[in-house]
Amino acid sequence: MKIIGLIINPIAGMGGRVGLKGTDGIETLNKAIQLGAIKEAPNKAIKALRKLEPIKEKLLILTSSSDMGENQCKALGFNHEVVYKSNKITVFLDTLNAAKIMEKRGADLIIFVGGDGTARDIYNAVENRVVTVGIPAGVKIQSPVYGNTPELAGELALMYLKDGNLHIKEEEVVDIDEEAFRNNQVRTKLFGYLKVPYKKEWLQNKKAPTPLGEEESQKAIGLDIIDNMLEDIYYLIGPGTTTKAIMDQLNLPNSLLGVDIIKNKTIVKLDCNEKDILDILGNSVGKLIITPTGGQGYLLGRGNQQISPKVIEKIKKDNIIVISPNSKIVELKGNPLLIYTGDEALDKNLEGYYRIKIGYGMDIMYKVSVGH
Amino acid sequence: MKRIVRNSKVRDFHQARWNEPIIFELSRKGERGVLVPKAEADIVKQVGDGLSKIPSKMRRNGLPNLPEINQKRVLMHYLRLSQETLGGDVNIEIGQGTCTVKYNPKINDKIANTEKMTALHPLQDKSTVQGILEIIYKTDLMMREISGMNYFSFQPGGGSQATMSMASIVRMYHRLRGEEDKRDEIITTVYSHPSDAAAPALKGYKIITIMTDENGQPDYEAFKAAVSERTAAFVVANPEDTGIFNPRIKEFTDLITKAGGLNCYDQANANGLFGIARAKEAGFHMCYFNLHKSFGTPHGCGGPGSGALGVIEELRDYLPKPLVEFDGDKYFLDYDLKNSIGKVKSFQGSPQVVLKAYAWIMSLGAEGLYEVAKIASLNNIYLIKKLLEYKGLTVPYKVDTQRIEQARYTMEEITKDTGITSGDLARRVMDFGMHIWSSHHPYYIPEPLTLEPTETPSKDDLDEYIKTIHHIFDEAYENPEIIHNAPHNSTIHQVDETSLDDSEKWCPTWRVYLRKTKED
Repeated sequence: MKIIGLIINPIAGMGGRVGLKGTDGIETLNKAIQLGAIKEAPNKAIKALRKLEPIKEKLLILTSSSDMGENQCKALGFNHEVVYKSNKITVFLDTLNAAKIMEKRGADLIIFVGGDGTARDIYNAVENRVVTVGIPAGVKIQSPVYGNTPELAGELALMYLKDGNLHIKEEEVVDIDEEAFRNNQVRTKLFGYLKVPYKKEWLQNKKAPTPLGEEESQKAIGLDIIDNMLEDIYYLIGPGTTTKAIMDQLNLPNSLLGVDIIKNKTIVKLDCNEKDILDILGNSVGKLIITPTGGQGYLLGRGNQQISPKVIEKIKKDNIIVISPNSKIVELKGNPLLIYTGDEALDKNLEGYYRIKIGYGMDIMYKVSVGH
Repeated sequence: MKRIVRNSKVRDFHQARWNEPIIFELSRKGERGVLVPKAEADIVKQVGDGLSKIPSKMRRNGLPNLPEINQKRVLMHYLRLSQETLGGDVNIEIGQGTCTVKYNPKINDKIANTEKMTALHPLQDKSTVQGILEIIYKTDLMMREISGMNYFSFQPGGGSQATMSMASIVRMYHRLRGEEDKRDEIITTVYSHPSDAAAPALKGYKIITIMTDENGQPDYEAFKAAVSERTAAFVVANPEDTGIFNPRIKEFTDLITKAGGLNCYDQANANGLFGIARAKEAGFHMCYFNLHKSFGTPHGCGGPGSGALGVIEELRDYLPKPLVEFDGDKYFLDYDLKNSIGKVKSFQGSPQVVLKAYAWIMSLGAEGLYEVAKIASLNNIYLIKKLLEYKGLTVPYKVDTQRIEQARYTMEEITKDTGITSGDLARRVMDFGMHIWSSHHPYYIPEPLTLEPTETPSKDDLDEYIKTIHHIFDEAYENPEIIHNAPHNSTIHQVDETSLDDSEKWCPTWRVYLRKTKED
């Protein structure tokens, strides 16, 4: 018997059809309802759940009341148990609390339906302790934790539950940065990582075996960095799974979202803030290793605010090492990588062509421009 | 009696399907194709029985496990298999962009198949092989004229090995200048053939790839930022695999020369360039031609290949040795190349391929080569224009950027509309007796098709090809199921391609097959 958690954020995606930018906050939601919005998420959940019908007999679904999952389980005749009762209007706390309970009850997988905000709530509840599958229902989803369609997400869940031997990777949870939003800027920010199963995409490619996947690329990049590390130099390892691969291969603990400092392949300090970095560096040379995070190809200014203008001025442009699996570069479709430190003069100075390390002994020259 | 109506360009095709066993499974104990006659008594008296003098350590104890099968059954077996292939001589071979398959005149195969060629041995006294040496030498002279280089070696066994040889020359060149350790980077461009990065990487070089600008041409500003005192060489194809030509190439090569590096031209495919542009004038120090891509010899996978490697005067001594030279009286092998990278292949490489290329060039002449370039480009322009009449098919980067002899298309929009991918299309074209090769490295362009007509197809062939592709696009919108389940009329149905990445499913030999399929 497999236990899965099912969390539907029934209001996710309601703003889209009526021209709102999301349904965060009760006021916006009421406005959406007034404008005639209908619930999209429950139907999308049903589309995904249908894919689980072949293993119906072997499933127990833990879910929340009414349209947070109960109704949908009933409609499809799934064996379920309501472990959380919600108020009439769904708020972020419902997602958060339900997920926590499901983790406690030993869910093998949490399936959630919603948008970027929902992914963030799930992350806040279970971090990367439980494997999750996201069914997209939000207006404009930035977080790659979601499947491309409800059906594909359902198939992925089925494969994971059936074989259990799919690869697991950590994918970014990206959402609007509210602080920037209040200043009328739409900026995304990296909030964390969720564990998601994935099926290796086999490229139709008869001339050669499948090119390296993201995980293998990250390992290859990590090895290149390690093989070329200089002695007695501080290395600042920025946030992200690609930079994390360096630490993993050095068998060092690390903070996925923070800046870790190492020297001679040992830890100086984990999860440093701006002051830590400046104190540790003092007057010595440091190299900063960063990778695009937080969606839209941002190198700096999305979820890595510790790497402040002061820090960058100390490190200097030439000591910035940029790494990225090629698949991330491909997604940019030729658009430049972006930086936005908040310091206009510095940003201008940081613009230009960088060598992006995409594999062992493999760089590409890529343009970096100022974002906003 | 009624005439047969031929108003549809889209072919009604059905390939043979024999479900033919592996030849080992056809083996029947005691069945024979040929009974080898025993040596006559007189001969035995003179030389013995031919076996007992073989030292016991070299002698087999048991018989080799070879199939036992009679002549008729062998013939049936291989003819059946031959009906299950789609070779370049039966289909309109346009879908092999980056591979470049053109017509191989059969007369050239015949010449190479005569005893004058097949009975040669590379260790024969040079006075007895003056003919083939002359042909190699004269092909060298013609290659010099075509490229502007000063010397050619035909030793490399194909294009990628020629690239590898160029990288070896680069390494030797900097080693002799005491700069081998310092110059550890090679620059290439994103749509150069993937071997241009792979071969130097194998020689230990770090590879820096230059992306394109909005025109699809290598970004010169990025290139400037990449060139440094660490640059060993620039290895590049032009036009690249997108078919886009870099008109500023001389600025690129000049920058490298100024920085102390070498310029290496992957001219494997010179089909758009014959009589129009040369490596020398573009500032290259070396280049190579792939004889099958440019000079009408069979593709390397179907026979021995050859990559003709040319260098400027100053680099002659770095070439693989020996070189074929002429002293005014006779042809000879010159081993006196003091900086030579050594041998890259035994003896003279594949002289029978050089012979075919020689025959191909001689049959066309200089004017003919120029016409090849014009027709290859014209065919490509026609193909692009007609194919793009289908809404949803586009070429990435600016449409008005000239494509030379091939083009990489994207059917991204069609995929978005219908879910049909370029991989699906590649499967479906087999139902029309065609073939689309799925090599579009690196996969920067979504849902790619890389199509290259060369000078080979007639206008009728091109029209059939275009109509067929458009027909499949129509199906994508109207009847996608037929594509999802394709091929229907091919020898085999869909195969699980993931086995390509799973070594457990690889069976290079019969013995491995038996081992991996053994039932407990």
